[in-house]
Amino acid sequence: MRGVGTIVRYGLEEALRRKVFAVVLLLTLCFLGLYWLANHYAFRDLSGVGVPAGIDARTFAGSFIFGLAMFATLFLGVVLAIFLTIGAVRGDAERGLLQPLVVRPIGRSSLLLGRFLGAAGVCVPYVLAVYFASMVITGSAGHWWPDRIVTPGLELAGAVVLIAAISLLGSVFLTATANGIAIFMVFGAGLVAGLLGSIGHALNSHTLERSAKIAAYVIPVEALYQDALGQITADTHGVTRFILELGPFGGAFVGGTTVRLWSVAYLALVGALALFAFTRRDL
Amino acid sequence: MPAALAVSGLVKRYGRVEALRGVDLAVEEGELVGLLGPNGAGKSTLVKIACGLVRPTQGGAEVAGAPAGSHAALARMGYLAELFRFPGWYSADEVLRLHQRLSGSTGGEAERTRLLELVALAEARDRRVEEMSKGMQQRLGIAQALVGEPRLLLLDEPTSALDPVGRRTVRELLESLRGRGISVLLNSHLLSEVELVCDRVAILLDGAVVTAGTPSELARPRGVEVETDEGTRVYADARRDDAPRIVAELVAAGRRVYGVSVRTSTLEEVYLDAVGGETS
Repeated sequence: MRGVGTIVRYGLEEALRRKVFAVVLLLTLCFLGLYWLANHYAFRDLSGVGVPAGIDARTFAGSFIFGLAMFATLFLGVVLAIFLTIGAVRGDAERGLLQPLVVRPIGRSSLLLGRFLGAAGVCVPYVLAVYFASMVITGSAGHWWPDRIVTPGLELAGAVVLIAAISLLGSVFLTATANGIAIFMVFGAGLVAGLLGSIGHALNSHTLERSAKIAAYVIPVEALYQDALGQITADTHGVTRFILELGPFGGAFVGGTTVRLWSVAYLALVGALALFAFTRRDL
Repeated sequence: MPAALAVSGLVKRYGRVEALRGVDLAVEEGELVGLLGPNGAGKSTLVKIACGLVRPTQGGAEVAGAPAGSHAALARMGYLAELFRFPGWYSADEVLRLHQRLSGSTGGEAERTRLLELVALAEARDRRVEEMSKGMQQRLGIAQALVGEPRLLLLDEPTSALDPVGRRTVRELLESLRGRGISVLLNSHLLSEVELVCDRVAILLDGAVVTAGTPSELARPRGVEVETDEGTRVYADARRDDAPRIVAELVAAGRRVYGVSVRTSTLEEVYLDAVGGETS
C-alpha cells in the first residue's frame, strides 16, 4: 500500500503543478456563473409562460435546467478524468516517465491502482462539488429541489469514475492522443444512445428504446447518467413526467439497482482487464 | 552466492524480429561489465528484461537469485533508462524523495544529499528538472538509480548527454561503486570509457554475444614498435617477449634505440572486428 499511496500523491501533485486544477476551477466558475444567470432569468419569467394543462411549470423548468447542469457536470468531470488518465501507461512510457517508476519494487498493479485512485480522488469531489453547487443555485433561484438529493450526484461521480477506468485501460494500448479521441467517442456514443432512447420513447418505438437500453448497458456511463436524471424527478408523475422523459435533459427511464450493480461489476471488469494487459505489456 | 545478474538462454522476439537469440551473460558481485554493440544489437532489450520492463520469449534473467522483475529483484537493483524523463515540475531533491518512497529507502535527507554530491548536483538541489540541462538530468538519473543502495546497477547509455567533465564524474563514480562492491552492467557506445572502467566486456551483434572477456583478453598483439636513430621500425609479428631480443640485435648492429612499445589492438579495433563495421 506504500506504493499506491505514493503514486496517488504523485498523480495529485501532477494535476496540481500542471495547473489542471487552476484551469478546471476557472472554467467551472464560468459555468456556474452562466448557470446562475440562466436560472435567474428562467424562473423570473416562469409566471409568464403558458403551459399545457396537467404540467407543473416549476417542476418542468427546474428539472430540465438542473438536468442540463447535470449533463454539464458529467461532461466537465469526463474531460477531467480523461485528461488525468489518457497517457498514464503508453503515453508516459513513450515520454520516458513511466520506466523509472515501474522498476521500483511496488508492482505494476499498485502503480495502476494508484493512478486510478489519484484520478478518482480528484474527479469524485469535483463532480459532487459542481453537482451540489448547481443544485443550490437552482433551489435558491427557483425554489425547486430534486426529488432525490444525494443519489444522482453519486451516480454522476460513478459515471466519471467509470470513464477514468476505461481511459486507463485504453492508455495501456493506445497513445495519449488516440486514447483521448477513443474515450470521447465512447462517451459520445453513450449520449447518442440516450438520445435515441428519448426519440424511441416519443415515437413509442420499443425497438429503438430497447436498442438504446442495450447501448446504455454496454456503456454504463450513459445508464448511470440516465438513472441520475430519473432520480431527480423520481416522485413526479402524470403528464409532467411523460414530457420530462422526452429528454434530453429531463427525467429518464433507464435505471434502478441493476444499473448500479452492473456499473460496479463493469468497473471491476475494466480494472481487471487493465491490470492483466499492463502486467503483460513490454515497456 | 548467486551472481548479481545471471542471464541464460535469453530469447526475445517482437513479431518476426528476433531481438535476442539465446544470450548468456553473468555479472558477478562487484563486477563492472560493459555491454557493446551496434544499434539494434539487442543491448537495451537485454537491460530491459533484466529490470522487468520487457518479458522474455524464452530463457530468463535473475537478479541476485531472484527472477527479474520480481519484487525481490527490483528491490536490489537500480536502473537508468536510455530514454527517460522526470516530471519537469519536480526539483532534484523531490525526484530523489519520490524514489526513496517508492523503493522504501530510509536514507532520508542524508542519502539525498550524498547522492546529489556524488553526481555533482549539490548546488542544484532545489532546481526544477525543467530548468536543468540534459546533462544535469542525466546525472540526476544516475543519482535516482542509486537510491536505496542497490546491489546491481543497470545503466543504459548513462553518459550520452554528458560533456567530458560530466563523463569523468560518472567514470569516477563507477569506479567508486566497484570499490563498494556494487555490480554494474554498463550499456554504452563510448568504447574508450568502457575500456577504462570495465572489468569485462561483452559485444552483442544481431541479438547474440559474439565476443566476451576482459579488455586485456580481448586485446590482440599487433607487433613491437622500436624508435631508433634511423626512424621507427615496426615488427608486426613480434610479441612482448621478443622485445629484449629485438633491442639487443639493433644495438649489436650499431643502432641507437630511443624507445620500445608493445602494440595491442584497442577495444575499438576489437569491436570493429567483432561487428564487421555494422552500424545498425
